[in-house]
Amino acid sequence: MRGSTRVKQKMENFTTKEIRDVARKLLREKRVEVVIGFERGSLPLRRRPCFVRREEDADRLVWDGWCDNNLATYLPKRKEKAAIVAKGCDSRAVVELIKEKQVPRDQVLVIGVPCRGMLDRAQVEASVDRARMAQEGECPDFEETLRGKGFVHDCCKTCAHPNPVLYDVLVGELCPEKTQDAFADIEAFSAMKPEERWAYLSKEVEKCIRCYGCRNACPLCYCPECFVDASLPQWIGKSVDASDAMIFHLMRAYHLAGRCVACGACERACPVGVDIGKLNRMLLKEVKDLFGYEAGLGLDEKSPLATFRLDDPESFIVNP
Amino acid sequence: MMIKIPLTPTLSPGFGGEGWGEGVKRWCGLPSIFKILKKDRLPGLLERLVREKQVFAPMIKGEVILIREIDSPSQVILEYRNAKESPKSVLFPQRETLFRYRAEKGKTEVDVPTGAGKARVLFGIRPCDARGLLLLDKVFSGGCSDPYYMDKRNSTVVVSLACADPNPSCFCLSMGGGPCSAEGSDLLLLDLEDRYIAEAVTEKGAALLEDQAFEASDEKSLCLGEKTRKQAEASMQPAAKKENLEEELERLFNDPVWKDLAESCLGCGICTYLCPTCHCFDLCDESSGQAGERIRVWDSCQFPLFTQQASGFNPRPTAKERFRQRIMHKLSYLPKTQSMTGCVGCGRCVTECPVNLDIREVIVSLSKGNER
Repeated sequence: MRGSTRVKQKMENFTTKEIRDVARKLLREKRVEVVIGFERGSLPLRRRPCFVRREEDADRLVWDGWCDNNLATYLPKRKEKAAIVAKGCDSRAVVELIKEKQVPRDQVLVIGVPCRGMLDRAQVEASVDRARMAQEGECPDFEETLRGKGFVHDCCKTCAHPNPVLYDVLVGELCPEKTQDAFADIEAFSAMKPEERWAYLSKEVEKCIRCYGCRNACPLCYCPECFVDASLPQWIGKSVDASDAMIFHLMRAYHLAGRCVACGACERACPVGVDIGKLNRMLLKEVKDLFGYEAGLGLDEKSPLATFRLDDPESFIVNP
Repeated sequence: MMIKIPLTPTLSPGFGGEGWGEGVKRWCGLPSIFKILKKDRLPGLLERLVREKQVFAPMIKGEVILIREIDSPSQVILEYRNAKESPKSVLFPQRETLFRYRAEKGKTEVDVPTGAGKARVLFGIRPCDARGLLLLDKVFSGGCSDPYYMDKRNSTVVVSLACADPNPSCFCLSMGGGPCSAEGSDLLLLDLEDRYIAEAVTEKGAALLEDQAFEASDEKSLCLGEKTRKQAEASMQPAAKKENLEEELERLFNDPVWKDLAESCLGCGICTYLCPTCHCFDLCDESSGQAGERIRVWDSCQFPLFTQQASGFNPRPTAKERFRQRIMHKLSYLPKTQSMTGCVGCGRCVTECPVNLDIREVIVSLSKGNER
């Protein structure tokens, strides 16, 4: 990966074949009713969620560097037993959903796939010749090698858990784990003056069109009624008024504190490029620093904001 | 001079392919006027426009291109595919004050903002989006005319920029428009490297051609323009099948197909908010103490709250019903009530949908004769 990123579209690659085999077997043996995975999308460089219920449809499933949706978002409220293709971050979301009693453990079968980072379409589109890229739609062997670094999403660059943390079946080879999250961006942000931080966030939130793409793509945003949708009483205004949009983003970030698995689904869903990750990663770091906790790493770990210990830090109360 | 915009154009019933200028003649009843705009004369033209009018044009905002009001010609980006958001917000803002109120000493004052203010120019928008304005015109002028929209609309000149190189997600041709269609525009510009061919199709457009920046057209440029148009159309994806789609959709209302189609839908509002023709809104009061304002804000049929009733009952309880509503409204209800499809094929919902739920595939899978 280092030095160059291969934009490889060989559909018949090994992991894809293994995923299809596993899906076929699970459906044949009736161990699950549906396999949630990825299929080719309708545009070059796009993959998208797909739901396979029949053995013969398993060949729709694919795996490569474009499978960036977090499929765990399809698990809550699902009545049928489902198998889910899960990267590191997807599996962490599954763990949180199980812990939060949104998904019974025996209702989900995790097909874990180690992830080497998902490619950032915007960056690649800017670097690949359009005419060449269009071939990707027709030619299954399209291959293009991009020179340079950093074609993966930002959240993948800082990801410390590329391997699935929970799986029933493992497909592919485990990746080397990194020791810890890199929070250089958040440290730089924290070093800014409060008014500078506020100015930055205000400028970001100004772009928001309140489409709730971030919220709906998020596997952990599953509230039956989101506070922004409440009408009796109505908590916040419905328009793109700066303070209303800011309240939405701040509240959403707080609701995800100690729960966010840093999958970046919110940022990828955002059509206007709001830096949502800044708030989420800020809280990720706070929770890690204060409680030594990262969401979604183990079924037995208690969520810090759902429990208490006598030695919990209280500096924020006594020393505001 | 007050010029009326034709509001009930006859749209081409097929899949485009009309000769350049031909289709236009039919929708506004005026023969096209062609002139040449050399690219080095463009900043001068924009400067004169900015001085007199509010000019909205594609510009970089953050990391994306949006149609926003410009202060200077240097901000305008015309080398672009399409703006991230549709230009509808210029005429139909996401948040708009309908009136302000204040109660004082037993007296209530109501202040209604009137008039459109300065004349506007929508400059450099794409033909699909210009055509989308025609649907908004029908909605906001049909039956009960909406003064907030119409005041702005009547004082707006639409100058669109033809697409020589459409995106893989574009399908305007399948929806009855075209990459170089002038429907919905007053003036259409077609890029010919060092110059644009400017085609005025309304009186407003013709009035703009009076500016000193425009020169007489020549046969050679017009031929080149025609060639460019044909190339652009030929480069587009094959048209989506949609024979008898309106009737077919009506029949399919209770079909189980909707559950499968909507299975991956996340239920966000990206498709509707970026769409150039989606126009649903909500009315809210925002007050503080004794004063406040009544506003209208965009709303989306994809949100549960859109149909939530006071009793607590929701007639569209899941993503399936909400997704069906979006498709039915665009492809069945609007063709019947407004004689126009509620989709112009800009492809924003195709590219921006977080799960790539592609309306073109939905159309194909719902069309008669296709396997389901």
